Amino acid sequence: MSSIRKSVSKLFLTTVGMFLFGFALVPLYDVFCEITGLNGKVTGPTFSEYENVGNREIKIIFTTTNNDDMPWFFDSLKSQMRVKTGEQNLLNYVFTNTTNKPMIAQAIPSVSPGKGAQYFHKTECFCFEQQFLEPGESITIPLKFVIDPDLPKDISSLALGYTLFDITKDLIQKQAGN
Amino acid sequence: MSAVIEGHHDDHHHGPAKGISRWLFTTNHKDIGSLYLWFSFIMLFIGGAMAMVIRAELFEPGSQIVSPEFYNQMVTNHGLIMVFGVIMPAFVGFANWLVPMQIGAPDMALPRLNNLSFWILPAAFGVLISTFFMEGGAPNFGWTFYAPLSTEYAPPTVTYFIFAVHIMGASSIMGSINVITTILNMRAPGMTLMKMPLFVWTWLITAYLLIAVMPVLAGAVTMMLMDIHFGTSFFKAGGGGDPVLFQHVFWFFGHPEVYIMILPAFGIVSHIIETFSRKPIFGYESMVYAIASIALLSFVVWAHHMFTVGMPIAGELFFMYSTMLIAIPTGVKVFNWLSTMFKGSLTFETPMLFAIAFVALFTIGGLSGIMLAIAPADFQYHDTYFVVAHFHYVLVPGALFSIIAGVYYWLPKWTGYMYDEFMGKTHFWLSFVSVNLTFFPMHFVGLAGMPRRIPDYAMQFADYNMIVSVGAFLFGLSQLLFLYVVLKAIFYGKKATGQVWEGAKGLEWTLDSPPAYHTFETPPNLESGEAKA
Ligand code: HEM
Ligand SMILES: [Cu+2]
Repeated sequence: MSSIRKSVSKLFLTTVGMFLFGFALVPLYDVFCEITGLNGKVTGPTFSEYENVGNREIKIIFTTTNNDDMPWFFDSLKSQMRVKTGEQNLLNYVFTNTTNKPMIAQAIPSVSPGKGAQYFHKTECFCFEQQFLEPGESITIPLKFVIDPDLPKDISSLALGYTLFDITKDLIQKQAGN
Repeated sequence: MSAVIEGHHDDHHHGPAKGISRWLFTTNHKDIGSLYLWFSFIMLFIGGAMAMVIRAELFEPGSQIVSPEFYNQMVTNHGLIMVFGVIMPAFVGFANWLVPMQIGAPDMALPRLNNLSFWILPAAFGVLISTFFMEGGAPNFGWTFYAPLSTEYAPPTVTYFIFAVHIMGASSIMGSINVITTILNMRAPGMTLMKMPLFVWTWLITAYLLIAVMPVLAGAVTMMLMDIHFGTSFFKAGGGGDPVLFQHVFWFFGHPEVYIMILPAFGIVSHIIETFSRKPIFGYESMVYAIASIALLSFVVWAHHMFTVGMPIAGELFFMYSTMLIAIPTGVKVFNWLSTMFKGSLTFETPMLFAIAFVALFTIGGLSGIMLAIAPADFQYHDTYFVVAHFHYVLVPGALFSIIAGVYYWLPKWTGYMYDEFMGKTHFWLSFVSVNLTFFPMHFVGLAGMPRRIPDYAMQFADYNMIVSVGAFLFGLSQLLFLYVVLKAIFYGKKATGQVWEGAKGLEWTLDSPPAYHTFETPPNLESGEAKA
């Protein structure tokens, strides 16, 4: 009968292991996306100076979207830029809280084609932090970025889209939970 | 744990307890098998009633009978009930009845755990169905419950849904631990792994699949729970999570799950075909290897459900080719069934009719699967009725027909009474015609672009949809006939012999019909040849 006990404990451990594996899929997925640029995920702040600035010209298209019924005004000052690889560029974005309540927002970037995401380096970005705005308040925040000269030759233009999320409720919920 | 194992000596040497407590407290594998099968039968009619509502709404274009909100609840709960409440419990019922008898064991290895795994199941479905009467209504986000539909936009009852899924998962896992432990430790002396009946083989592998993926499903719903109530952001883009991650986690469970719903069917059909062909199964070993390779491959194909989420081309290609590979072992199985029948002395009793229909119609489902596996083509087919046609062909004339075939085949063994052959055949022909009437035209409207999960449709799909609805009503009625045939056999059937079927081989046929409450308390002697498995 001890062989039964052995089978049961092995199988029970496998069950626990697979439950944990389910959660391990979360970081694994992030790592996988970062390596492959899947979903246009962009890595955190990066700074690098390039020796050969390169003289390729790349067209960048900027889009902004409000998630769901997020009421803020959110836009970039330009919708298109032609930039040289390896050079620092700057573009301003405007955020306005059009409601009469204080709110917190988070912008989430996505680059397409996904293959180009890892060559889009941001040295400064509002997406690295959250925006807290009082009712009616408006701010302008710069985005600074460099396009990696190693950007594959077959990519001549990139699109950077931001989606703005209202995370006021989530933050309150999280604080209440802690 | 020792208490559990010793527990099964308590009720030796006497028959079942009287009244309701027999069923509540039973640790007997035959009782528990019957409980699972009856539970599944009842759920078939509940889930079936929901399908009737869906088809009534789709009988004509326009919105007529139910609101779109209620339609969504019907589609969601129909799927959940059929998958988790009908197909899976029915197969567990077969496993309980047959695994111990086919391997010559006195009972399952963990009889008390067995009782628990069954009785938490009605509780889980009670919780799920009770959400219909709560504020906000029942879950409405599809049986695949993609986030954020099932998180940010879900009705408040989603928490009950999560709880129900946890219980169903626990039940499946306990059942699987029991099956594996029984098969690995309690086979009669002389029954090596490669001598086990194919049904036992399919269940051994199914149980491993369940243990591998049910915990991942539990993880997925746990993450949903945390996103909804504890402010985490597993699937919330705004907090740095990703809704696409949900689909990966879900389908990592979901694809193996579809094989969980078909592998035991392969086992059942193999036994029926060899019996009524009066020949041993062709290519036993290749059958075992085919089942094992299907199970292994099923872990690396999940993203064929997600070709359109925006994967890199390498991903599309990987999942396309790996999916197509599954067709090879599946083809081996179909080939073996046909070869078993080839030059056999065939007779066409009801179980055999259902089994042959299984082989033919499941293959149609496999072929539409191959079409869906072609990534660029799937951009057109995805989320249309073509997908609905595909998975209903593999699940209804596939999994469900195998269950019906198995019930006809083993019912005389289980109850001791024969069913009415004429009524059985009538049931078969009605089901066979109506199942095709229901699901075949779905291929056409799907290819023409009719989207799934929408309560209304464009005029040009009207004719086919009416045919589909008529077929569906007929199929629904035919299953009432099935219930009648089963009840008639139990109450008015002719006595069955122990052998039941002339060509049947295997340990269970060496027992009386119905078998004694406790069987194989001393293991059968396989070497003496009186009972060849
Ligand atoms: C040759 C074998 C098979 C292949 C190549 C195959 C392929 C596929 C593909 C590519 C899809 C995704 C279609 C889409 O959403 O666009 C799909 C969906 C599905 N398949 Fe299969 N399949 C096979 C066998 C099976 C079997 C045996 C079952 C179950 C018994 C099954 C059940 C399902 C289900 C339930 C769905 C739909 C899930 C949903 O979106 O609700 N398939 N199949
Ligand atoms: Cu699949």
